Amino acid sequence: MRKFGFYFCAILVIFLSGCSQNASIPFSTNAMPNGSSAKFEGDVSDPGSIAFFKNNVGDRVLFSIDQSDIDQLGKDILLAQVDWLQVNSDYKIIIEGHADERGTREYNLALGARRANSAREFLVSRGIESARIQTVSFGKERPVELCSKENCYSENRRAVSVVSNLNF
Amino acid sequence: MKPFLVIIFISLTTFVQSAPLRIVITEGVIEPLPYAAPEFIGETGASNELAIKITELVKSDILSTGLFREVPKSSYISGIDNFSSPIQYSDWKAINVQALLTGSVLVTGEKLSVKFRLFDVFSNNELGKGLQFNSTKQGWRRIAHKVADEVYSRITGEQGYFDSRIVYVAETGKKGSRKKRLALMDFDGANSKYLTDGSYMVLAPRFSPTGERVLYTSYETGTPQIYIIEVSTAKRTVLKNRKGTMSFAPRFSPDGQSVVYSLEQGGNTDIYIMNLRNNSRARLTSAPSIETAPSFSPDGSKIVFESDRSGTQQLYVMSSLGGSAKRISSGGGRYGTPVWSPRGDRIAFTKQSRGRFHIGVMRVDGSKERLLTASFLDEGPTWSPNGRVIMFTRETQGESGVSALYSVDVSGRNLKKVTTRDGGSDPSWSPLGK
Repeated sequence: MRKFGFYFCAILVIFLSGCSQNASIPFSTNAMPNGSSAKFEGDVSDPGSIAFFKNNVGDRVLFSIDQSDIDQLGKDILLAQVDWLQVNSDYKIIIEGHADERGTREYNLALGARRANSAREFLVSRGIESARIQTVSFGKERPVELCSKENCYSENRRAVSVVSNLNF
Repeated sequence: MKPFLVIIFISLTTFVQSAPLRIVITEGVIEPLPYAAPEFIGETGASNELAIKITELVKSDILSTGLFREVPKSSYISGIDNFSSPIQYSDWKAINVQALLTGSVLVTGEKLSVKFRLFDVFSNNELGKGLQFNSTKQGWRRIAHKVADEVYSRITGEQGYFDSRIVYVAETGKKGSRKKRLALMDFDGANSKYLTDGSYMVLAPRFSPTGERVLYTSYETGTPQIYIIEVSTAKRTVLKNRKGTMSFAPRFSPDGQSVVYSLEQGGNTDIYIMNLRNNSRARLTSAPSIETAPSFSPDGSKIVFESDRSGTQQLYVMSSLGGSAKRISSGGGRYGTPVWSPRGDRIAFTKQSRGRFHIGVMRVDGSKERLLTASFLDEGPTWSPNGRVIMFTRETQGESGVSALYSVDVSGRNLKKVTTRDGGSDPSWSPLGK
């Protein structure tokens, strides 16, 4: 009879202790500005506030299935964003691109990036300094509407302009 | 003629060139092999508890394949009282047991020793030699998986997959604000551990070829970046890319020295490769379309990926040095997340067609496409180390929709949910024994 010895358990123990050490990975110090935006949104009656931007200017444009072209309604919203950003010149902007859930994870990340970039290019073409704008894609990971129907999907295919007066 | 061996051959060898055997397979009829595994003998009183647990886990592994049927203990004519005694083949033939597994378990202090023997009842022969596994008591699950792998391997002629692990994304919380943590578990769901704490979102972990490292995409800095985590030390390093770019969809090269991934810049996503020894980076595709989800062939010479350069997501194969790519997907619908099989002969993928999602397999030239699953949302296949089973993500629809891990045989049979503590997505299967 052949005899085999396995000493992996010592390794396993090392591994497990490694895991427990890892359980407290610190929060990134580079947290997303929008993560704490509620506190700083200000009063909707103040035209220089984030609350005003979100409610009165419009912070998002929507897209057709698989598309990243901006339609006329989207252009009108982005033009209003341009006006606001030109007045409120100390604000920076992160454009978050999103997709609906009817696609694979990686493709939707890339598609969300395309959408965010479409909005970015429009703003830049109308005079917003490109250094003020960052883009990020969340793909299908952060839907705002949760049903699995087109009326929800159409709200999720979006590029949201998140403004903040924090430095990147 | 060894009927026992021949029948197994029929059950598992889908692509064998043998006309009468193929008929059985194409009709989808599998007659599971009757086997018996009497409770392993506890060599001392202190060994009995683990003997029971180990026997149950070995049987659970073997039965999970769908290729075996257990002959119940109530029909046994004779039992196994002593691991070394000769086998009364006639007693097992009489109840139509074709494979007989016997074992013994000895616990001495913290040490565990497990022996087993496998018998081909109808040929009155032992199948392979008896084997002994030693470890500490805490290693009992892994020993049981190794016994099951050995049994599977001797009967099918193929490597097993039970002594393996899955790295995946553990999901908790409501749709729309899911907490996604990197998690590691045994292939059967045991010994689950988190590798990240959920304070930031992580996606799509991928094992290195030796199972020692895991690649994943993290939103830790607010924008998706690729990290490598050492499994044994939890030490993490970031793959440095230019500020203002997004990197994701990483996979190791077969030699573990490079990472192929997607990099997005200015809204355009292309495929890059980074050499981990010197951090040098090369661009492999250069098109205004989306190129993502790259996966190496096992020999390292080619890369399969998805692109929407034709207007919809399709699968392409190119040299691992880049250059021109050949489209391989040709059915109607959209194809994504291609993964080259460990044997190199097939590509698993996600297909979207007529409002449904499927996991499928095709040959590397795109021929012989077969869809294995269908649901509201199936995606992200990963191969078992022996290339016989595919694990993937299945998500249910609606506001209460959840993600779970499922597995299915490459034959399309034996679809089942994989046990996870939380919801789960994006599984990646380790190599055997890692």
